[in-house]
This record gives sequence, C-alpha cells and structure tokens, in this order.
Amino acid sequence: MQRRLKIGVLYSRVRVEEKWIFGAMEKRGIDYDRLDDRAISFDLEKPEPWQQYDAVLERSLSYNSGLYALRLLNAFGVPTVNTAAVAEVCGDKLMTSAALARDDVPQPHNVTAFTPEAALEAIEAFGYPVVLKPVVGSWGRLLAKVNDRDAAEAVLEHKATLGSVQHSIFYIQEFIEKPGRDIRAIVIGDRVLTAMYRTSEHWITNTARGGSGELCPITPEIEDICLRASKAVGGGLLGVDLVEHPEKGLVVNEINHTMEFHTMQPLSGIDIAGEIVEYVRAVASGQ
Amino acid sequence: MSTVVCPECEAEVALDAGTEAGEIIVCSDCGVDLEVMSVGPAAVQLAPMEQEDWGE
Repeated sequence: MQRRLKIGVLYSRVRVEEKWIFGAMEKRGIDYDRLDDRAISFDLEKPEPWQQYDAVLERSLSYNSGLYALRLLNAFGVPTVNTAAVAEVCGDKLMTSAALARDDVPQPHNVTAFTPEAALEAIEAFGYPVVLKPVVGSWGRLLAKVNDRDAAEAVLEHKATLGSVQHSIFYIQEFIEKPGRDIRAIVIGDRVLTAMYRTSEHWITNTARGGSGELCPITPEIEDICLRASKAVGGGLLGVDLVEHPEKGLVVNEINHTMEFHTMQPLSGIDIAGEIVEYVRAVASGQ
Repeated sequence: MSTVVCPECEAEVALDAGTEAGEIIVCSDCGVDLEVMSVGPAAVQLAPMEQEDWGE
C-alpha cells in the first residue's frame, strides 16, 4: 500500500492566504502540519522529525527565517517549495538582477556600488531621477525616488549611517515612467496561472501600499517573459512583477518566492491556493 | 461569537466566526494589530512589529 503523503506548511502569521491554503489542504484530505516559524528549532543531529515531511511549503514572513529553514530542510533532504536556491535569488534584488542578466531577460537598468561616494558618482552618470532600493525588503518599503543631487547625498548618507550593513549595498535603478500601473503574474511550474494590473497614482504601485488590482490578459509576450524569468531564478511557485517600459517594452522588476495573492484570487476567480497545494503535492510525490 | 479585551485600550473586540490562532485582527477602537493566540478560550496579544526583512 502506498504511504500517505505528509506536508509541512511553514508560516509566521495566518494571513488570508494561509487560511485559504490550509482550507485547500483540508478539502483534499491532505495530511499536513502547521509549522509556526517562531516555535520551531532545527537540531542538525536529529533531522528525523523534519524528514517525515514529503515536502514543506515555506510561507514565512521573515526572509531570513524562511531562507535558513529552507537551507536546513534541503540539507536534510526534504523537498521544499520553493527551494533554498530559489529563495536566495528571489529574496535579494541584486541576485535576481544578476540571474536575469545572465539569461538575457529584460529588466530595468541597474547599477550597484558599495560606498556612498561610488554610488553618488554612479547616480550622477545615470541622470535623475533614479530609484534606490534595499536589496532585501518588500511591500515597497524603503524605496527612494531620488530627483536631484541634494536628495542623493542625503539618502546615501542616511542609508550608510542609519541602515544595517546591507543598506550599504547601493542598488540603483532607472526610474521608469510607467503608465501608473505594473503587472503581477503568478507562475506555477511551467504555467503562467493568472496576471493582474496593479494601479496606483503613487509611483509605488504595490497593492501592499494601497495600489488596486485589475485583471490583466496573459498575452504571449507576458507568458514568454514570465517563463523566462522563472527559469532564470530556478523555477517553482513565483510572483513575477513586470513593468511596461516606454522604450524596452515589458521588463521584469522583481520576483517573489512567497507571494501574497489576497487581491489576485478573488479578482481572477482562480483557486490559487488550490493550485499551490496541488503543486506542493506534486513536489511531495517526486514529480 | 467570542470577545477579547484589547491589551492596548481595553476595548471589547469581537472575534469573527472562523477566526484561527495565528491570525491578525485589528482593534476597532484603537486600531492596534492583535495576534490571536487561541480561539478556545479566545486570547489575543499585541502583534509583533513588522521587521525589515518581512514581505513576500
């Protein structure tokens, strides 16, 4: 008789997405454990409690907690969604940019520097405005649109003085005059499941910052760039953010490896949580 | 429907049916985020502050 699959879901908070995922697990009669990342610990000499899982779905809010948990689970031989390698690339904007550049996937023009002086020189060469982004961070936080040299000097000094050492990796991106919206697409394996426009009058169009959603048809161009972006970062369960660049056409702005979909699921009418659970089940089955 | 007392402002906050442990609710009086610690019996505490590496 075939052994019943066992799934772990690593989470920090039960957001609406986790409720939907738990509901989809229960609807399918899947044997799963809820693993609160604030309560767990990993003993390297006792991997057995973790090796009971055929797969673990990572939904941690903290990038670092999630990433290290994935590294340990993968070291224990436990398949995860996504893999530690994918989380490493997607959780760091510079690593994502490097992977996209390696595979010739269109993206905004980026420059990186490691001191405020070199960053200022790079910004001056770029021309204003530019956008400064922390390499790790989400929900549109700590993005700075820099319109002139005075602002550049102030922001760079603040980042170098007040931020953690990671803020001294200066990730500089061209400011894109986008049409008041960007595109979030959900990629599962080799399929683009659904996409939406995120509209805002603010230059940051993230729905976590008040942007609103509207369904976006999946054109062949969107499908192609999303699948290429997914492949570049290692594939899996991904939220690909696209921007309509006035000269370059579609470019990949970032890729999320633990994406939220509370706007997308009701908007698309697609049971995204169910699709996620089916994907995790396939990974657990070794497919 | 169970209710809890907000630890910040002492307002009475109702938990909707289907609320689960680990969920975040908002106090309708003071607006603070509360984490549901358990639903039977209902208990909440102030939700942890957002950290720099939180997100998608």
